[in-house]
Amino acid sequence: MGIHRARYLGIALALVCAGLMPLVSAAPKAEWMVTDNPIGHSGGRLVVALRSEPKTLNSVVAADTSSRDVIRCLTADLIHINRESEKTEPALAKTWSVSRDGRQYTLHLRRGLQFSDGQPFTADDVVFSFQVYLDEKIHSPQRDLLIVGGKPIAATKIDDATVRFDLAEPYAAAERIFDSLAILPKHLLESAYQSGNFSQAWGVGAAPTQLAGLGPFRLKEYVPGERMVLERNPYYWKEDRENHRLPYLDELVFLFVPSEDAQVIRFESGDTDVLSRFSAQNFSVLAKQQQEKSYRLFDLGPGLEYNFLFFNLNDLASKNLPDIAKKQAWFQDVRFRQAVSEAIDREGIVRLVYSGRATPLWGHVTPGNKLWMDAKVSHPARSLVQSRQLLASAGFTWKSDGSLVDAGGNAVDFSILASASNAQRVKMATIIQDDLSQLGMNVHVVTLDFGAMVDRLMKSYDYEAALMGLAGGDADPTPEMNVWLSNGSTHLWHLNEAKPATPWEADIDRLMEKQLVTLNYAARRKLYDRVQEIVAEDLPVICLASPNILVGAKDRVGNFEPATLDPYALWNVEQLYVR
Amino acid sequence: MKRQHKLRVALVALAIFHFFILFAGFFAPYGFATQDRTMPFAPPTRLHFVDARGEFHMRPFVYAYAAASGAGDASYEEDRSRPFPVRLFTAGAPYRIAELIPAHTHLFGADEPGRVFLLGTDAFGRDQLSRFLYGGQLSLLAGLIAAALSVGIGIAVGAAAGFYGGWIDDALMRGSDLFFALPWLYLLFAVRAALPLHIPEWRVFLLIVGVIGLIGWARPARLIRGVVLSARERNFVTAARGFGASDAYLLRRHVLPQTYGVVLTQLALLIPQYVLAEVTLSFLGLGVGEPVPSWGSLLASLQQYDVLASYWWMFLPAALLIPLFFAYYAAADALQERLKSVSL
Repeated sequence: MGIHRARYLGIALALVCAGLMPLVSAAPKAEWMVTDNPIGHSGGRLVVALRSEPKTLNSVVAADTSSRDVIRCLTADLIHINRESEKTEPALAKTWSVSRDGRQYTLHLRRGLQFSDGQPFTADDVVFSFQVYLDEKIHSPQRDLLIVGGKPIAATKIDDATVRFDLAEPYAAAERIFDSLAILPKHLLESAYQSGNFSQAWGVGAAPTQLAGLGPFRLKEYVPGERMVLERNPYYWKEDRENHRLPYLDELVFLFVPSEDAQVIRFESGDTDVLSRFSAQNFSVLAKQQQEKSYRLFDLGPGLEYNFLFFNLNDLASKNLPDIAKKQAWFQDVRFRQAVSEAIDREGIVRLVYSGRATPLWGHVTPGNKLWMDAKVSHPARSLVQSRQLLASAGFTWKSDGSLVDAGGNAVDFSILASASNAQRVKMATIIQDDLSQLGMNVHVVTLDFGAMVDRLMKSYDYEAALMGLAGGDADPTPEMNVWLSNGSTHLWHLNEAKPATPWEADIDRLMEKQLVTLNYAARRKLYDRVQEIVAEDLPVICLASPNILVGAKDRVGNFEPATLDPYALWNVEQLYVR
Repeated sequence: MKRQHKLRVALVALAIFHFFILFAGFFAPYGFATQDRTMPFAPPTRLHFVDARGEFHMRPFVYAYAAASGAGDASYEEDRSRPFPVRLFTAGAPYRIAELIPAHTHLFGADEPGRVFLLGTDAFGRDQLSRFLYGGQLSLLAGLIAAALSVGIGIAVGAAAGFYGGWIDDALMRGSDLFFALPWLYLLFAVRAALPLHIPEWRVFLLIVGVIGLIGWARPARLIRGVVLSARERNFVTAARGFGASDAYLLRRHVLPQTYGVVLTQLALLIPQYVLAEVTLSFLGLGVGEPVPSWGSLLASLQQYDVLASYWWMFLPAALLIPLFFAYYAAADALQERLKSVSL
């Protein structure tokens, strides 16, 4: 009896152990990211306004701001740019290594992660995503960013948690390519891709059950014309230091409020909890009621946007624009441009157009770009005397009534184009008009709607001077290359150059190409500093001012840490909570 | 009589208003484009008679305004350390009377560097009172010329239609129906959008005046046609025709004089309407460009929420237009009553 019982006991124990083994050893601990934000608590809902309704929830084809704002909350990327530090940090890829020649990036993905519908995330999803982004038939706006050295990046699966990316050339900003490139669920989108209907997939009409992502939220409800409601993603892969799974918020609601003034009013009345992308004048109006209405306003200093005046330096041989071609004799003389730049009252622009909440600029890289701004670019004070000397040395003279004429006796008379929908730029143009009238120039301010203006700038070249702004989406110089390369698509003042039209443009070309492939930050810095200095000396664009980033949030929003890179208010949405 | 009294008062008010605007250069203390960049959106300058020590002065004075808070919130405080007397007949920025005679005397002004902005300033620190007066030159002139154009065409068309009757009448009246139906605002948008990049300001002005005037001739034409229809049946007209008078003579000597009452009334009604049309266009950004002011562009900044909420003096140009329009309508009213009592 004793031996049999012992044997049965032994077998039973072995069986029990065998049964328990899978439980103990099977599930490897999921590799979540631990964030170091101040601890919040779960629950609550945040309401945010969107300027327009999203057009799609398909991150591959989305091009408009509203769609991207929502998609950012639903998806995650491999390597992410921290909006506060402006540097890259791990996201879905927990570590990565670069080959010696800079052409291979091996990314190690976090294990055990799941999409918002519970399905596992693996390297297959990454490879599938890149296949879709690079597909020429789909025409993703992101595709251009993935072309390095003329060839698209190649993604290869090494194993379930490792992906290798091969680049045709070493590329300095390679890590930054991955930011905001949402990883798609292969299990949900593969069939749409195979059948050729990918661009139509995941429009705003899609049911929440058809969608899945790796972002902090997933779609709950869409009411056309009114709002889009997102709910917490129960499978999100981040947790705080005390092992609370993020996001803290239960719900994130996007209200559709079409105009800036309407958004300000709704924020003031308490309908929305967060406000961003509003003007300095509205800031002043809101500032008066901060205490009573329990909200805080933040003036974060300069962002990346730079507003500038530029002249039409295009080759007009094939266009029938003789009047403008004659005036180009003035525009092409660098002394003329320098005289204009020295006559502009930048401090006045900051004070009058932005109520003091802006930074005057003499170069295109703003102080908001912590990593790249060249502090050595000169900031000459406004001097009409200097301007007059420059004009005189360029052969201009003044008539007895004070008006400026060129060497041929023609009165200096030109117009500045500005977008009618941007009140700040129209105001800047008016100030510049007044400044230049003190040099004897007769300047007209012409406002057009944005579409008509872009047509003149990019197609018909039927303009004399124009006032525009550009906002780099990223601090790195490379995404903006198309502005500075002489054959770039946004080389606004002189498009479609077969070869660089001036020696300094050739210099800029050389420097930009070099910094593209230089991997060492200090060396890149030197190259880009020189580009900034050339731009400030030869003035293809006369930089004016950079508006400060202004954000507002109700007091009850916890962990609100607005940054100067877009999205200013919601970049850390998974860490926000309601007090 | 009350009616004549009303007309007289209205005409005197109009004359005074137009006088101020005609001599805008003299009555305005500053030019219309002079920017004072240290004082954007300054409230109307307060005139003081009693100084900080409690003494009364016959000559009013102003204090300098200093920006109160740091980041340009455009709130100002008076700096009471130094008064700047306001004097009459000061020498100031040069201007031209009626674009011909150069002058530089202004009715009033404050000693430099003091500023007297009786209606406050706009976003660029430009004096609103000066811009109102100069803007009136543009807006009123536009209204007057457009009204004259409309009524002129109305007389020509209405007289021809009423006098000759028959197919001429039909054709002209069908034509006027077409003009009644035109959505003039959209037409103006379309015209303005089709224009080349920049055209001289005076051409924009003429274009606006032309379009407003050309659209509105239909109503005066109808009314004048009605008067001519009844006038041509009058005995003295038939008699004159019997004596061998030509059509032109009949029109000039007998028929058209009957229409003067209607013409004047129409003018008095149309001028404020056309001024308002020009104001609307400039408000929407379709008028003459910066820095030339017009009443509409003075009001255009009110489209922004922060201006609407914070700077009440930007409404004053609109408030000042009310008595002007009132005077015109009172004149039209009085003329209409006169017409009724005179006609058969």
